[in-house]
Parts: sequence; C-alpha cells; structure tokens
Amino acid sequence: MTEDLLLSDVQPGDSLPELGYDVTATTVVLGALATRDWRPMHHDYDFAVNRNGTQDIFLNTPNQAAWFERYITDWTGPKGRLGRMKFRMKGSVFPKDRMVFTATVEDVTTDDAGCGWASLLVTLSVDGATKTDCTVRVALPTAPDDNPWARRGDQWKP
Amino acid sequence: MSDPTSPDAPVDLPPEVAAVIGAYQYQETGEFPAEQGYIWTSCSSVENGNPLFWDADVAAEITDGPIAPPTMLSVWFRPHHWAPGRTEQALPLQVHFDLKAAFDLPEAVMTDNTIVFHEPVRPGDVLTTRQVLRSVSGPKTTKLGSGRFWVIDVEYLNQRGDLVGVESYTGFGYRRNAS
Repeated sequence: MTEDLLLSDVQPGDSLPELGYDVTATTVVLGALATRDWRPMHHDYDFAVNRNGTQDIFLNTPNQAAWFERYITDWTGPKGRLGRMKFRMKGSVFPKDRMVFTATVEDVTTDDAGCGWASLLVTLSVDGATKTDCTVRVALPTAPDDNPWARRGDQWKP
Repeated sequence: MSDPTSPDAPVDLPPEVAAVIGAYQYQETGEFPAEQGYIWTSCSSVENGNPLFWDADVAAEITDGPIAPPTMLSVWFRPHHWAPGRTEQALPLQVHFDLKAAFDLPEAVMTDNTIVFHEPVRPGDVLTTRQVLRSVSGPKTTKLGSGRFWVIDVEYLNQRGDLVGVESYTGFGYRRNAS
C-alpha cells in the first residue's frame, strides 16, 4: 500500500506497478463464495467442463472486479475513490493460471466540481494473452487536504 | 468492439421480451444488511490490504466510519443459496434467466460489466435493487455457440433512498454448437 497519491503525481502514459498472482482452485472458489456467487461453474469442475464447455472452473465477474479494485487502490492509497469501472472478459481465468495485472494512465482531468480524476486502462493477462480489459475512472486528491470520499450529491460525478 | 446488442437491422423479438425493454422489474430488498465480516472475507479473497477496510481509525478519518469496498455492490443483493420455506432456488439477475428461458438458451456467460459507484455502502445498510432490460441483439454465433447478447442494468439504492451504484451487464445466452 502506497501513501496517498495526488492528482499532480500522475501523468498520462504513466504505468502502474505490475501485480502477479498464481491462481488456484481455492482462489476461484473463495472468490465466488466471497461474492455470494453459488453458480456451479465457479466451484464444480465437472459442471464447468461438461456443461459449460470450459477447461476448468473459472473466476467469476464480481471477484474479478474485486481484484481490479485491489490493484488500483494498492496504487492510489485509501483516498483513491473508484468512480466507474467497465470491464470486458475476453477469456476465462482458471486454476494454475498466473494472473498479471498491468495498467496505464490514459487521462488526467479535473471536473467542473473540482474533483480530480485519473482514467486507467487495466489489463488482466495470462501468459501474455489478455483475459480482461478494464477501463477505470478513479478520483484522486488534488491536494493533501482534499478527500474525494467527502464528495456527495452534485459534487460527485462518476 | 461495438456494443454487441446494437443490431445492424431491426431485431425481431418475441412480444413478451419487447414489452419489458426499458421497464423496471424485480424491485426487491436485500435479504441481509451489509456487514463487516463479509467485507473482510471479500478483502481476504483478493488480498486487499486497503486500511479503509481494516483500520477503524483510517475509516473514521477518510470515510466517516467503515464502508464496504465499492466493488462489493452486487454482494449485498445476492440471495441465500437456501432459505426456510423456499421451494425454488432464488436467482440473482432474474432478467438474465428470464431471457435464457424466453429464447431457450441453456448456457450463458457475462461478457461486459460496467459499474458506476455513488454513495458508499456501510455496514448495516440494506439495499434495494431493480433491474431493467436495455437491449437484446439478433441471433449471433461465437466460439461458444449460437445465441443472443443482451444488456441489463441493475440500480442499487440504500435504505435512505441514496443511489449507491448502477451495474450494467452484457450477457450472451447460447446453445453450444454441435461438434
């Protein structure tokens, strides 16, 4: 976990530190249960292979969102506040895969309410193949005494 | 990639599907309040050490008390796998399953997910949600099989009526191609 990142610390083209993680069946099942996703393709190998036609059980969507959040806030620190995430699954993540998260800052802006924003393109890949692309809009403090979490109503425009 | 539900030509949909596009359905209240134990379980599952979720002093300073990770939005609404008196398994995102049934598509995957975060969810909050079908594609064939894409929005509000988030899902319901 870093200290709080300020908007002025960030520029388009910046890269985030890479995060690698070795996925096991426990990763998949724990992630499914932590997100209260009881569907069998996330814990039942036979169902995943013989009904869904996939090679194994695979990470579910809400748990992938949690992985992306963790990756981004590892970089921003606790004052980083997610505004919007859009992700597209291009392939599944299975046990024995090594997930690698990378990201690039695409844009840095301040909205008309004075909120600072960084737009990121985050990629989850396995063996160099993109499994999920995620575009993220995250609010960052514009000064040490600024706190995006204090914004409500029309001061928060995610 | 363009929106897969955007048809090149007008899509011929069954009347029962066309009738619900744009209509709010399945307004429901969550079965349990957001709670700290599940917050820690979720953070643990992805090794999220953000002190907002582990250090009460940090949460008090930054978010005026504990909050849930924003991406846990859907967690607070997923039904129990079993509950007393229930005769059928409750399904989250019921519109998705309605579409699988309407088009007789036995398999489905989610391909896109957009989440917009508003007010943070706090332990004790009970969320209300409603689903709206935004669009359905014509027949499409992918490597998984043949079927249709659809887009479903889910809005979440807390017990004070504050919007806490909106999720938009793109699903692909399909029948596996004969091998």
